[in-house]
Amino acid sequence: MKSGWEVVIGLEIHCQLATRSKIFSGASTAYGADANVQACLVDLGYPGVLPVLNEEVVRMACKFGLAVNASISPRSVFARKNYFYPDLPKGYQISQYELPIVAGGELVIRLDDGSDKRIGITRAHLEEDAGKSVHEGFGQFSGIDLNRAGTPLLEIVSEPDMRSAAEAVAYMRKIHSIVRYLEISDGNMQEGSFRCDANVSVRPAGQQKLGTRTELKNLNSFRFVEKAINFEIARQIELLEDGGKVTQETRLYDSLRDETRPMRSKEEANDYRYFPDPDLLPVEIAADYIEHVRQTLPELPDAKKLRFTDQYGIRPDDAEILIVSRALADYFEMLAGETAATAQIAANWAIGELSAALNRDGLDIEQSRIPPAQLAGLLDRLTDQTISGKIAKEVFEAMWAGEGSADSIIDAKGLRQISDSSAIEAIVAKVIAAHPEQVAEYQSGKDKLIGFFVGQVMKESRGKANPEQVNEILRQKLQES
Amino acid sequence: MADETHTLHSLTLAAMARGLSGGDFTATELTRHLLARVETIGKDLNAFISVTADAALASAAKADKARASGKAGKLNGLPIVHKDLFCTRGVLTTCGSRMLENFVSPYDAAVVERLQDAGAIMLGKTNMDEFAMGSSNETSYFGAVKNPWDTSLSPGGSSGGSAAAVAARIVPAASGTDTGGSIRQPAALTGTVGIKPTYGRVSRYGMVAFASSLDQAGVITRSAEDAAMLLSVMAGFDPRDSTSVNHPVPDYVAGLAAPVKGLKIGIVRQHFDAGLDPQCATAVREALAALEAQGAVLTEVDLPNLDLSVPTYYVVAPAECSSNLSRFDGVRFGYRAEDPKDLMDLYCRSRGEGFGAEVKRRIMTGTYVLSAGYYDAYYLQAQKVRQLISEDFRNAFATVDVIAGPTAPTPAFAIGAKTDDPITMYLNDIYTIGANLAGLPGISIPCGFAGKLPVGLQLVGAHFAEQKLLACAHQYQQLTDWHEQGPEAFA
Amino acid sequence: MSKTACIIAAANCARHPAGHAHPEFLVSLTKDQVQHIATLARLSLAKQEFDDVVAKLSRIVDFVDQLQSAPTSNVLPMAHPLDQAQRLRPDQVTEKNERETLQANAGAVQDGFYLVPKVIE
Repeated sequence: MKSGWEVVIGLEIHCQLATRSKIFSGASTAYGADANVQACLVDLGYPGVLPVLNEEVVRMACKFGLAVNASISPRSVFARKNYFYPDLPKGYQISQYELPIVAGGELVIRLDDGSDKRIGITRAHLEEDAGKSVHEGFGQFSGIDLNRAGTPLLEIVSEPDMRSAAEAVAYMRKIHSIVRYLEISDGNMQEGSFRCDANVSVRPAGQQKLGTRTELKNLNSFRFVEKAINFEIARQIELLEDGGKVTQETRLYDSLRDETRPMRSKEEANDYRYFPDPDLLPVEIAADYIEHVRQTLPELPDAKKLRFTDQYGIRPDDAEILIVSRALADYFEMLAGETAATAQIAANWAIGELSAALNRDGLDIEQSRIPPAQLAGLLDRLTDQTISGKIAKEVFEAMWAGEGSADSIIDAKGLRQISDSSAIEAIVAKVIAAHPEQVAEYQSGKDKLIGFFVGQVMKESRGKANPEQVNEILRQKLQES
Repeated sequence: MADETHTLHSLTLAAMARGLSGGDFTATELTRHLLARVETIGKDLNAFISVTADAALASAAKADKARASGKAGKLNGLPIVHKDLFCTRGVLTTCGSRMLENFVSPYDAAVVERLQDAGAIMLGKTNMDEFAMGSSNETSYFGAVKNPWDTSLSPGGSSGGSAAAVAARIVPAASGTDTGGSIRQPAALTGTVGIKPTYGRVSRYGMVAFASSLDQAGVITRSAEDAAMLLSVMAGFDPRDSTSVNHPVPDYVAGLAAPVKGLKIGIVRQHFDAGLDPQCATAVREALAALEAQGAVLTEVDLPNLDLSVPTYYVVAPAECSSNLSRFDGVRFGYRAEDPKDLMDLYCRSRGEGFGAEVKRRIMTGTYVLSAGYYDAYYLQAQKVRQLISEDFRNAFATVDVIAGPTAPTPAFAIGAKTDDPITMYLNDIYTIGANLAGLPGISIPCGFAGKLPVGLQLVGAHFAEQKLLACAHQYQQLTDWHEQGPEAFA
Repeated sequence: MSKTACIIAAANCARHPAGHAHPEFLVSLTKDQVQHIATLARLSLAKQEFDDVVAKLSRIVDFVDQLQSAPTSNVLPMAHPLDQAQRLRPDQVTEKNERETLQANAGAVQDGFYLVPKVIE
């Protein structure tokens, strides 16, 4: 970013709540059904039907509020946001406006320089999602699918506390991690379960007054959030430096062209005419209900990170990576609990080999081909020096390919490490005898050649010789000869 | 039997029930007889939008079978017609609008379902002001309904078809809805009984919404006893309506015996100001005197904000209606404009051509009072005044059991007389609107005549005081025969 | 004249023959305002209808304007007639696919989609 400018970013994250049925109807929320087969009378806004609130969305919103240290409103109110659009069947969206269910929270993000930053959460409110329009395949028409209409959303509104696209992404990742910890959302961004609008403005550094902002709509991946915001920052700065003005408007990010452009359909000035929905009564939440929900909260990412460094003594940076996903953290804990290896080794393997293999095959941690108990078996053999680190990686690949447990693979392939000193001494003697020139050079002070000899011995032993013993015996024999 | 069945239509619902259970006639005979009146008198008065003769006869045959096998429901074989605002599965549900001219509901409203489950037989759907917006039945796309007492006059509205059908002895009972007086005012203008229960007492599920915080379903009958019979079945909790109240339903019929003696009746002075037709005033005063003679205690109560109820209503109701009617956009159901050139055109023409003038005016009024810059001055202010009006009623009911007065300021007026200025039409509801704003139950019963036209006495009670209203009305009807008088032309 | 008297006077006017001119008749909405409201509400109005709406809407707005004089500084707005809290529904799927029945009322459908003139983003 150009110097002399300060960027101000606020995010509105739309998080689909993982309920079975919709927020105001008994229709299924399952993804991927044929058009309109999950749109019931209420979702379609049929004349005479009425909304009834799903208890689960209230519980989920409370969980989120508690997780970000927000207050849960004892009384919140659903309002109607009135506008006409084909994906909005009733001509209004039921949302919370003046009295949201969650108000005033915060969370901490880790910046690139390793420091922490607090980001304020203004509010989180419940609302219903709209359907979707399909523009291809219907000639001069658009097709409307209302399966998604009425799906519960929690809209999480941040304070304008972020100062770069990277901070915005870190904040969004943190929210993503929290909602998945709470199991209130699957966070699936491809399916649109987790998306955000970004409000972006720039101002000369040191200026108090905020610049004119634009709203970037429907960003549905972390990468797009970063790219769209960076494009928008550059666009606004260039505009202002050329003496122009930023227009307050809604813009769409075009990922193919990597640019933002104004949304045509939103050009008309909207007047949403919010008013309390007369079909729904105020949602009242008692203090003991909130306490009850608090009891059900799982350990959250920040607390887990602290515990991992305290309890397991692993590096804070590794803990940070492990806690991003609750499932990965759970895997690590099971692994660390089962194996005789140190927790740090368990962490290294979870973050390293295991994550790489999952990534390579496009799998979630829950779908790992190696359960934690089996991986523990491998790390045990590493720790008791049955195999070396290098062989361990080979065994890991074999386990990943479904060839069996660590022990059976080690036995079947004869990969047991050679720790018998007489056997190693024999190989060492053979290597020394075969390389008289290098021996002479080593003895004349070229210490670095030790690596060459180790390599030769490992090669001769087909990787099975215990590297520590090899090192020790080599140094000793090279001195002697 | 044939000799006896030709006067079946003159029976009340309770008398029909006795006749059916005593085997004097069958549900099939009764249904056939009434359907003939629906087809003739109903057409003449333009009281019906749909007639469901085949389904009615099939249901009647079932009802007779049920009775024979000892499985008769509470209302087994009894006839009912529904205001065309209640959704009826497989049957047109038009709301008196071109917008829903061809709309066949895929489901039944709660009211329809409950009455049907009790064995009642639906004969048809009645005409009404478009989307219940009107006080004269003239805003119906299907034309005005005629008042059986004088066919040049309006029966009132919006439940005008229901009131005319009951007054003309086509059927003994009809459902209605009341948002600002739409059951009570037409009942008064046609000499019938109309009850609007407490808000939340009867489920709104399947009742096409006009103003959600004011709408309530009720019935129009010829006697308080018949109203009690039906309300006992219609009332009750419905989990599909968030505003439905989970409160036990008393046996309203059993409660009718409660004496008037000692009942504290509040009289509102403003009700008898210059706005009230003098002949109506006389009839209402005489009715109050009759109740007093039976031991009721009359006291004056003050409703200081009463005069603000009409303007309050004409902010709140249009605001809610402007939003409620947004769903009619030509896409999923209802009238769709031909060959729209773009989305805006589809919306504007479908709605512009599908809705009538009064509905459009109310949508626009509501849009205006909710719009940026006007919300606080109109909508929010109206909600506050609504609070004041409700407090007035709360204070009054701390000292009295019911408030009694006229239902409407005048008897029935000529079709076309009030269509020029919306405000003169709106002021028809001046005595009835308060109960809707405060969510209170109200009943209108015949109490005399102004010339040859019937006059209504309105009783309003505290929340869930339906039983008191019905008992008071029933006791009054034991003393008087106003409710037994019908238009001679349709005897 | 008190507010009550005003209303009653108007009610009396109501019994005069149609077409009676009201002395208090004011046109307080402009044509532009009315057009803006009609657009917000997505209502097309024919020309003669439009003039009628301007007049009648003005009349209605003037009428409800009397609310302004009510003293409401410490009054809570009332959204519902009964003081109750929202009831909650268990999170259960109770609805089946009824697309065919529900789309029978639609003016234009194709492959299960509702059709509208093409929407341009």
